[in-house]
Amino acid sequence: MASTAGTAPVTTAPASDESDRRRGLTGYILLIPGVVWLALFFVIPFYSLLATSLYDPNGSVFSGYEMTYHWQNYVDAVKDYWQPLLRSLVYGAVATLICLVLGYVLAYAIAFKAGRWKNLMLVLVIAPFFTSFLVRTLAWKLILADDGWVVNALQAVHLLGPDGRLLATPVAVIAGIVYNFLPFMVLPLYASVDKIDHRLVEAAGDLYANPFVGFWKVTWPLSLPGVVSGTLLTFIPAAGDYINAQLLGSPNQRMVGNVIQNLFTDANDYPAAGALSMIMMVGIVAMVFIYVRRAGTEELL
Amino acid sequence: MRWLRNNLVLLLGIAVLVYTFIPIFVVVLMSFNDPSSRLIYRFDGFTLHNWLNPCEPEGMCSALRTSMEIGLVATIGSTILGTLMAFALVRHRFVGRSSMNLLIFLPMATPEIVMGSSLLALFVATGFAGQLGFWTILIAHIMFCISFVVVTVRSRLAGMDDNLEQAAMDLYATPQQTFWRVTFPLVFPGILGAALLSFSLSFDDFIITNLNAGNTTTFPMYVWGVAQRGIPMQVNVIGTLMFVIAVLIVVGGEVNSRRRQRALAAR
Repeated sequence: MASTAGTAPVTTAPASDESDRRRGLTGYILLIPGVVWLALFFVIPFYSLLATSLYDPNGSVFSGYEMTYHWQNYVDAVKDYWQPLLRSLVYGAVATLICLVLGYVLAYAIAFKAGRWKNLMLVLVIAPFFTSFLVRTLAWKLILADDGWVVNALQAVHLLGPDGRLLATPVAVIAGIVYNFLPFMVLPLYASVDKIDHRLVEAAGDLYANPFVGFWKVTWPLSLPGVVSGTLLTFIPAAGDYINAQLLGSPNQRMVGNVIQNLFTDANDYPAAGALSMIMMVGIVAMVFIYVRRAGTEELL
Repeated sequence: MRWLRNNLVLLLGIAVLVYTFIPIFVVVLMSFNDPSSRLIYRFDGFTLHNWLNPCEPEGMCSALRTSMEIGLVATIGSTILGTLMAFALVRHRFVGRSSMNLLIFLPMATPEIVMGSSLLALFVATGFAGQLGFWTILIAHIMFCISFVVVTVRSRLAGMDDNLEQAAMDLYATPQQTFWRVTFPLVFPGILGAALLSFSLSFDDFIITNLNAGNTTTFPMYVWGVAQRGIPMQVNVIGTLMFVIAVLIVVGGEVNSRRRQRALAAR
């Protein structure tokens, strides 16, 4: 990823102009295998999910489900699980906001301040995330443990009561989410900030804008495409995650992912799980469409 | 003071980087841990035991092998499918470009839990509920890796100067020769990067895999299982190894491309 993040600007890419592209069947032949795979195992499954969410809730995996267009599954799902749904939104939003702040500092530092260490720093950004997601999260569990140094330090400065803990609180869950999804924020932000002509920022300084005004009026607006795609790419997996809530939280921090997972594997309540998944999917698709209408589809990739 | 003001952002950036490495230090440290009890997860003493007996915990190494097999096949499959698509997107005309972009973007934007549950719904609806295992995991992994391959290869292709290909054609190279002698070697680093990315995505996936795995256990699923019961320190050995190997590959690639650039510049 590091080597592709800083590729040359579009002006040196003659082949990306529609008129230079080759006509004929070859393009379609190249596309077919991948499109078929995505259609079979990405698009069609949504139809199955939709169907599942409308099954008669009285069936089971073993006796089979009956299709009764039982749309009340959705009402029941929201009624029963509005708390995890809301929690996912809130945890995801807070984590995304923290990621944005941390990620912006890092992306800005790499793009403008790192000089010849740019590539090294980019490698360092993604390096920690090559370790298994679960192993990393378990390491956080150890760091935030009840008798760990973080908790002890916070107790010493009275930010945390003597019985206070971090594990099994929203703080730990959000901290875990922030950590695990930070690269999804940093890389798009970097790609966007790196394209900014630094002379523009200097010009603002020459015209007596103080650094904060210069940042707010020049750098920030120019980096908005990265901010938007980074926010989207961070928020979506963050709201859908349940590993952090499971390993660092308690049942009181259950997110919608935990519920869906449980309903599918333990409770075998497929219709409710399907309905919850559909609700999530519709929310995400709505977000993506708003984004696409603003930015167009070429900017997505 | 002036120095501090000039470098404040850089220092903050480095602080964020250090923060991202904190768990890595913990993982490396714990890989040398000699635990007094399996239930208490803290550093008790130094030992090389975990490194010398990596396969001691029951089921861990077989889970590791399953993950590697799936990762390897999923990487080959998704790299081929995705690379073909990337060529079509950059080099060829076709109808429906924006829906194609959307089709490639959506798998990256869909929460894993939604993708996993809809795939499970498909397998159950088509009567494959009893066959969940290696093959269904593989199908899922190829599916979610394709988009990342397309994006990686595509950006390499789009940033490529096509003058070299024009020159080869002018010198009477056939289209096949031009492709294999000029285009492919130029795109290859992008394809390799895409393959490595696919492997690490597949190797590390938990949410989608867990829903579609049946009785098959991959490494992340093994870790998930032992997380409830007490974690063998060998898990941290594997975590450390994954980190070291990945960093070596990335650094090796970087050094290699620098050497090539220098050789080109010297010519």
